[in-house]
Amino acid sequence: MSGEDRRTWPVAAKPPIRRYHQARWDEPVIFELSQPGARGVLPPEVESEIREAIGDPAAALPPQVRRTDPPALPELAQLHVVRHYARLSQENLGVDLNIDVGQGTCTMKYSPKVNDQLARSPKLADLHPLQDASTTQGILEIMWRLEQLLKAISGMDRFTLQPGAGSAAIYANVAMIRAYHASRGDEGRDEVITTIFSHPSNAACAKTAGYRVITLYPDADGYPDLEALEAAASERTAALLITNPEDTGIFNPRIDRFVRIVHEAGGLCAYDQANANGILGVTRARDAGFDLCHFNLHKTFSTPHACGGPAAGACGVTEELAPFLPVPTVEFDGSAYRLDHDRPSSIGKIRPWYGVAPNIVRAYAWIASLGAEGLREVAETAVLNNNYLMHRVLQIPGVSAPYAEGRRRVEQVRYSWERLSAETGVRSEDLGLRAADFGTHYWTSHHPWVVPEPMTLEPTESYSMADLDEYAAILRHVADEARADADLVRSAPHASAVHRNDHGPLDDPERWAVTWRAYRRKAGLDGKAR
Amino acid sequence: MSSTDDTPVHPYIPNAAPATRDAMLRAIGASSVQDLYADIPVHLRMTEPLDVPPALRSEAELVRHVEGLLSRNTSTREVLSFLGAGCYPHHVPAVCDEVNSRAEFLTAYAGEPYEDHGRFQALFEYASMMGELLEMDVVNVPTYDGFQASATALRMAARITGRTEMLVTAAIGPDELSKIRGYLAPELAVELLPFDPATGETDVDALRSAVGERTGAVLLKTPTFLGVVETRVDEMATIAHGAGALVVASVDPSTLGVLRPPAAWGVDIACGDLQPLGMHQLYGGGHAGFIATQDDPRLVMEFPSRLFGITSTRVEGEYGFGDVAYERTSFAVREEGKEWVGTAAALWGITAGVYLALMGPRGMVELGEGMMARTRYAIGRLGSIPGVRVPFAPSHHVKEFVIDVAGTGRSAATVLSGLLERGILGGVDLSASFPELGQPVLVCVTEVHTKADLDRLAEALGEVIG
Repeated sequence: MSGEDRRTWPVAAKPPIRRYHQARWDEPVIFELSQPGARGVLPPEVESEIREAIGDPAAALPPQVRRTDPPALPELAQLHVVRHYARLSQENLGVDLNIDVGQGTCTMKYSPKVNDQLARSPKLADLHPLQDASTTQGILEIMWRLEQLLKAISGMDRFTLQPGAGSAAIYANVAMIRAYHASRGDEGRDEVITTIFSHPSNAACAKTAGYRVITLYPDADGYPDLEALEAAASERTAALLITNPEDTGIFNPRIDRFVRIVHEAGGLCAYDQANANGILGVTRARDAGFDLCHFNLHKTFSTPHACGGPAAGACGVTEELAPFLPVPTVEFDGSAYRLDHDRPSSIGKIRPWYGVAPNIVRAYAWIASLGAEGLREVAETAVLNNNYLMHRVLQIPGVSAPYAEGRRRVEQVRYSWERLSAETGVRSEDLGLRAADFGTHYWTSHHPWVVPEPMTLEPTESYSMADLDEYAAILRHVADEARADADLVRSAPHASAVHRNDHGPLDDPERWAVTWRAYRRKAGLDGKAR
Repeated sequence: MSSTDDTPVHPYIPNAAPATRDAMLRAIGASSVQDLYADIPVHLRMTEPLDVPPALRSEAELVRHVEGLLSRNTSTREVLSFLGAGCYPHHVPAVCDEVNSRAEFLTAYAGEPYEDHGRFQALFEYASMMGELLEMDVVNVPTYDGFQASATALRMAARITGRTEMLVTAAIGPDELSKIRGYLAPELAVELLPFDPATGETDVDALRSAVGERTGAVLLKTPTFLGVVETRVDEMATIAHGAGALVVASVDPSTLGVLRPPAAWGVDIACGDLQPLGMHQLYGGGHAGFIATQDDPRLVMEFPSRLFGITSTRVEGEYGFGDVAYERTSFAVREEGKEWVGTAAALWGITAGVYLALMGPRGMVELGEGMMARTRYAIGRLGSIPGVRVPFAPSHHVKEFVIDVAGTGRSAATVLSGLLERGILGGVDLSASFPELGQPVLVCVTEVHTKADLDRLAEALGEVIG
């Protein structure tokens, strides 16, 4: 045994901060991997009997609708397609790899593998939405059961699972609100009220559906301003669209008064429950008087975020609003399940068919695996984790949690790095990017930044105490670095798949390029070999 | 409510272990988790546990339960299916499932362009390959589905032209039309353009007389909902453009190996659904919508979706990807943005990119040619059955066509249930939405169907009718 060996054995303790480096494949754009004649998959050949009987109908297409040159797609053998995408996959940092608490408002919890397996069953994957209901009783029962579960969780009377994601569910709720007022001949209601700490889609969907948007800002304590609501509510109010707890993680204890004020003005109230993870089994939309609510099945109910969808939204309504639900609804007569399209007051279709079925199966399986106690334990643990992480984070010099000082938060906290930023010139965004050099990351916040230099952390129930300690230690380390070597942080990431972008071309119509063909043309590369 | 020493900790909730929970409570100076809910007024708190069934805590119990439910479905693997109408039975290459099942993609979300570089590049490449199929320079990060894509394309056209009337082909599915009408309300009006009962193609004369100075856009579908290829597209585009309207075309990307790309016949905004490109039918859960234009800032600035562009980084020879013109979006400016943007269907976009990379130029051409040949063969077989009429038989079809069974004296529903008894999902009953076609059934034929499948359908239909 050499002396050198003795110095390296046994293995020394790990350093306090992980030595991380992301995969960096420096992968070309797929068109650059093209090799003429290579094939990835082969479509089945047409049988000779058909060929002989029919000839080539494509050749008979009139010239104005016939494609003359094959599309200029890349040509790759199967291995090279697989390898390219396997490499790109390694250049991402999702829930399965990092302590994904930095994507506040998004509830980056663990998505159970067994639910993915169930959702991939051929009994679902190869099911067509227009099959006779006698051949789809299984999925219809799952949809019906999920509706019953969401009813119990929210207190609402009926649900639709049709919307493709959370924002689509907000839009569906606004469309139902519009149909409700129209059905009563109540035509003057052209305003929707929301809050600045509710998701931007509340404002944007209302505007898309034709409403003027009034946005309430927080009062000194961080609650949406009650006086501003009183001033805004009128005979022009169609609805209040509000999140609670808001994106600050602060629960608005006067929420039922908000609802009452809007009801007294003749408006409806829709509860954006994207932030429901901390209140499952604790408090319900219906108990605060809401007429409508929606859940994001890809947040609270664990379906994977999938790079930004497929997701799933679910809208709950009271009996009074039920006639306006999108068609069809799922009905059960005690022996069989069926789709009911005969709903004359319905707003019609929000998306094709009935919803994102694989995520409906996943969400159902997730709830089934937890039951009432488990759901409550999810909520309580998410809240405990959040308050524990807040406790750790607020010990880092330079960070604060504006509003409701000294109070507990529900499932997330919107922090501010204002002090550190003033001291060092390092922005919150820089700190989040530097965190990526240690195998995690965070996202600042939705705009506008009412909380300066924001960071929103939402630890969900999935992460262990050690995960939260590690995450806080990384933030502390990065904040220390900002003081010691601001340029190091400002030029981060250094250990990610790539380095900082030049932003100029992305906002310049002369240079922006959303496709390879546009890039090659604008950069003058057409006709040149790379 | 919390785990005690004798109940096992739930595998999804590590900190539910009592010792851990107590340590964390001590650290934050709380005596119980209930303390943390102090801001929720007592009168709003639930006093009873949720009324839901007992937990299936073990994976074995859960699998048995959910598989038991799913087993009550009869999938299209167990029968012979000719159902299409917007959700198509194409072969899904194994590599598509492999890539979109990878946890690195499946569990990523909304990271920055650096630690999520792979997601940005894969979506840029998706857009680039769609751009080649469509011969257009700008393609969005997918929206929810093709219906949303059509509806948003029309709203984009309204904003660009400042006009409020939209002409929409009547050869569109009732569900898509429902979505469009709802989404265009209240400001924008929809007027339908009839289709020629002989050919199934949109009536060009009707377009000529309907289009005017209030027309913001003309929405065509090709192939139409009834499966017919629109052939007078240049004429219709010229008419629309002559009136200052935009042309919006909803196209099926699986047909674009044989059909002329929309950009070549004057389409301003192309849109459609990606499900045919590598997504399973999933009971209608496999949809994603694309919207595409040429690289004109007037059009680009009206996209609500995210657009991922290519740029340089601080390292020479390194590609970076990021948001193009982000200030358009509701993420940046809330209700001042274009419609809204949010989580939609990105992973299906990545999957469609994988599909196009696997198929390549030849694959897309062979796919289109093969579907056209099989469909034409099926038209011949079914059309020769006494009493069965193929209303638009002389027109060009790629993967769908209508048969009218009124001449058999039976309803479409009766015929379809007779076929189902023989293990065949024979098509979609359109008698409620297109009564002018008699007892119409929309039949879908793709590359997965063999000559034997088509012969079996014809024989079974003959039996049911005979």
